[in-house]
Amino acid sequence: MVRYTGAEVQRMEDPRLLTGHGRYVDDIHLPGMLHGAFLRSSHAHARIRSIDTSAALALPGVHAVFTQADLAVPDVAQSMNQLYPAPVIHQDITQHPMATDEVCYVGQTVALVAADSRAIAEDALVLIDVDYEPLPAVVDCRTALADDAPMAHIGSENNMAGQLKSAFGDIDGAFAKADHVFTGSFMQHRGGCHSMETRGVLARDEPYGEGLTIWSSTQCPYLVRRALATHLGEPEDRVRIIAPDVGGGFGPKAGFYPEEIVIPVAARQLGRPLKWIEDRREHFTATTGQRDQQWDLEVACDKDGKMLGLRGVVIHENGAYMPYGALLPFTSVTPLPGSYAIPALDVRLDIAFTNTTPTTPVRGAGRPYGIYAVERMVETIARELQIDPAEVRRRNFVRADQMPYETGAKLRDGMPVRYDSGDYHACQEKALELADYAGFKARQDAARTQGRYLGIGVSACIEDTGVGPYEGTTVKIEPSGKIMVRTGAASQGQGHHTMIAQIVSDQLGVQPEDIMFEAADTGKFPQGVGTIGSRVTANVGPSSFDAAGQVRETVLKLAAETLEAAEQDLELEDGEVRVAGAPDLKVTLGELALKLAPMSGGKIPAGFSPSLEATSYLGSSGSPVASGSNVAEVEVDIGTGEVRVLRYSVAHDCGNMINPMMVDGQIIGGVVHGIGNALFERMIYDEQGQPLTTNYGEYLLPLASEMPHIDIVHQETPSPLNPLGVKGAGEGGTIPAAPAIVAAIENALADFGVVIDYYPVDPQYLTELIDAAGAQAAE
Amino acid sequence: MKPGRFTYHDPTTIDELIGLLGSLDDAKLLAGGQSLMPMLNMRFSQPDHVVDLNGIDELAGITTNGSALKIGAMTRQAALLKSNEIADQIPVMQAALQCVGHFQTRYRGTIGGSLCHLDPSAELPLIALLCDAELQVAGPDGDRSIAMGEWPLAYMMPSISESEILKSININPWPQRHGFAFEEIARRRGDFAIVGVGCQLAIDNGVISKAVIAIGGANQVPYRLTEAEEALVGQPATDDVFAAAGEVARKQDAMSDAYITAAYRQRLANVLTKRTLATAAQRATGE
Repeated sequence: MVRYTGAEVQRMEDPRLLTGHGRYVDDIHLPGMLHGAFLRSSHAHARIRSIDTSAALALPGVHAVFTQADLAVPDVAQSMNQLYPAPVIHQDITQHPMATDEVCYVGQTVALVAADSRAIAEDALVLIDVDYEPLPAVVDCRTALADDAPMAHIGSENNMAGQLKSAFGDIDGAFAKADHVFTGSFMQHRGGCHSMETRGVLARDEPYGEGLTIWSSTQCPYLVRRALATHLGEPEDRVRIIAPDVGGGFGPKAGFYPEEIVIPVAARQLGRPLKWIEDRREHFTATTGQRDQQWDLEVACDKDGKMLGLRGVVIHENGAYMPYGALLPFTSVTPLPGSYAIPALDVRLDIAFTNTTPTTPVRGAGRPYGIYAVERMVETIARELQIDPAEVRRRNFVRADQMPYETGAKLRDGMPVRYDSGDYHACQEKALELADYAGFKARQDAARTQGRYLGIGVSACIEDTGVGPYEGTTVKIEPSGKIMVRTGAASQGQGHHTMIAQIVSDQLGVQPEDIMFEAADTGKFPQGVGTIGSRVTANVGPSSFDAAGQVRETVLKLAAETLEAAEQDLELEDGEVRVAGAPDLKVTLGELALKLAPMSGGKIPAGFSPSLEATSYLGSSGSPVASGSNVAEVEVDIGTGEVRVLRYSVAHDCGNMINPMMVDGQIIGGVVHGIGNALFERMIYDEQGQPLTTNYGEYLLPLASEMPHIDIVHQETPSPLNPLGVKGAGEGGTIPAAPAIVAAIENALADFGVVIDYYPVDPQYLTELIDAAGAQAAE
Repeated sequence: MKPGRFTYHDPTTIDELIGLLGSLDDAKLLAGGQSLMPMLNMRFSQPDHVVDLNGIDELAGITTNGSALKIGAMTRQAALLKSNEIADQIPVMQAALQCVGHFQTRYRGTIGGSLCHLDPSAELPLIALLCDAELQVAGPDGDRSIAMGEWPLAYMMPSISESEILKSININPWPQRHGFAFEEIARRRGDFAIVGVGCQLAIDNGVISKAVIAIGGANQVPYRLTEAEEALVGQPATDDVFAAAGEVARKQDAMSDAYITAAYRQRLANVLTKRTLATAAQRATGE
């Protein structure tokens, strides 16, 4: 029998999506629908003295203009609820759906126009007269916590939004007995998500009192339902959220946005469906992302480069509001110390308010920052002690025989950070072999004779995936014999349908094509969490496996009765149950489904329940931790500072793979994202808090023309935390990319003694480092 | 991201176009649309009228009258890249065109649009300057001719009035055997260059007999490196000589902005001048 789990099954989503038959929010047109456009703050920080909407309202084609005061919500003075409350938050400041008397970042929602067309709505925006009193803005997180910094919010006494710490072991003792202590000070910058589809919301107030229906380009429909129902003070069942096809998420669509309150409420007040589609320029300031973190670290090690302790302070740029609790800060420090067994840690993170767009997780969330920081210190040790960087890693990796391994750190919920399985030494060796690390010196020397500067860089990472508590699945056999699978987990193109169909078809002896799939509609599946943190395969994988397994049991039991055979003599294959050795004795899945779905006068067989279906919320019993080692080979043009990535090698371990082809896709996409972080993407604000990079000429996404060939090798160390042995794979490509590339650049410029203290590394910055190193050498 | 309201005009002859321009207030000309359309959609530009040049057939095409090449202002960048005449006679233009935007955008973008938009880092104004192009301009009082050296008045401001239209670009290719090179530094392939340099060299018996160098992106308008051009003539084609030309490029005034310092632009002007001269010398001598 063909087994689909583990096979490179072609993506079932692709024919539809690639031929333009996807259905995104903007593809949905409802009768009588109006179009919305938002007036957004043009100031980084200002008091609003007044808003005059009369001229906008008078424009033909405009139906209404809403400010916060016009919204029919239970309490117009109420700001949005904190999605993730935490004790580490000192100032829990969230924004109002639309600004009341203060704006705190460029792009903040101020008013909404509803009109016959988007163009008319935009015409009206410029007619709204907002009287702003500009206030000083705080922009740079490195100075935001200083005594003389301007306040990001009127009435605050400081800009400290919160503070958290990850600490374990005897840190003072570690530093006291160390042979060496090295320091590292560096800034890290990560950009936004820039999914191909921007955000969008369409809302309709159902005319016969069935409540609101909202189509939103979201990763987390159940979170949106919870937040909106809470804000409106209405039952969750009166708020139906549908995530149709979503064209990429990568984190920023995982939250709850002001537009997701304003558009539904305005639609209800208008008595007409209302659509808002974020335009590309809006996306740069209206959609959250990541930006700066300043790290100042000290590492203690012995004479062989074995790390004993790591301590330091981080300043995190929070942006103006805290819509998403402290998830991004938490995920920045809880992965410390990464792949390494370090007995003592003490890292504090200060969360600084700034007058910029709020920050929330982007692919990898805080992990790329934390892993980069540890990898920097490993590189520092290698450089200072003149030990091969791969060897320093070997000496410090958590060993396979230490698994499961508790680092000593605690998760957000207070539980210990625990690596469930993995072999980091073997994984690195695979990467080194793939990259021909041993042959690099010869390549480097040959290039140098031509005046070319090659460098190689290694990195390692762990990725905690599959956060709980659940993501359920219902598997139901239809009288047609087809299988209906429903889950709450929203897809943004990852291939959930394919992955689930592979698992379910193996359990039920059908083809993946026999699986019908519906997801991300709160009206069709009762409860869900969302698609974040590489959690779907590690949660929906087990629940679909378990639900299908339960259905399989029922099928066999019912077939045994029907065929008057023993269960152990039955074979489930090709959509039918057969008695082994008696090919004529068989019953189809559809016939069995009918037996459990009789009409009036029929009878359910004793011991069975109506409907041949099962629902499971089985997930992973803990967070499966994936791992990887990457090797980047680069060339630096010392005349122009240009960096070209020549070759990129990935060894990756995400446990058992359901579909290796889709895992490769996740890794390649993730690496490209990481290369963007390392070399290109930078969201720049000026000193007044005005964003300077609000189009794709100014904000540089990685292009195909700049990407290297990416070689991938897989190591499969099963996770013991779920029956499939799977781990998440969505972020493992991104997390280790920047440290590998930065190390490779430093390696190429080792003759100059260049040490990089900022990324993205742009050519101009690199030439300045080369010149400074040259000047220092000349002195 | 929807444009504001405007009236669309679709003339089919130059005479009709000149008449329209004389009668309209606040009009923008639509050539390939690679700059204007985003400006309209983002409402950075909100003209009352948009006059589409794409229906005027006589504005496009490449013709030759023996020595000189005449390129219609609406000739697409892709057409220039495919042209055998350009390949034979102005190969440096094709080298530069490889760097203009992307494969797809070059099927829309035009040479005239680029010259009139006059972005300081654009490749085609640099090439027109390098090749001593003469521009043919039509207006209500008839045609006039203007040298490319006099075309840029200031940052993105060509010497043309609102009632005039750029008709064609006329270039006399170098008759003698010569080498050429174009190189630019952009953050990503197809991006606006930070600095670009083009050059042509003629070399007789190892001695440079003629040299032209044009630099774009370094300052508000593209310029010719005349000091180095003159100094190169009579010199041997050696790395030292090219390094001296690079130093001249480094000393020129450069602009700075939110992203790029003047010093980095000067560094690139130096490096690219050296490199393009070396490449051109190789090509000139067939090495």
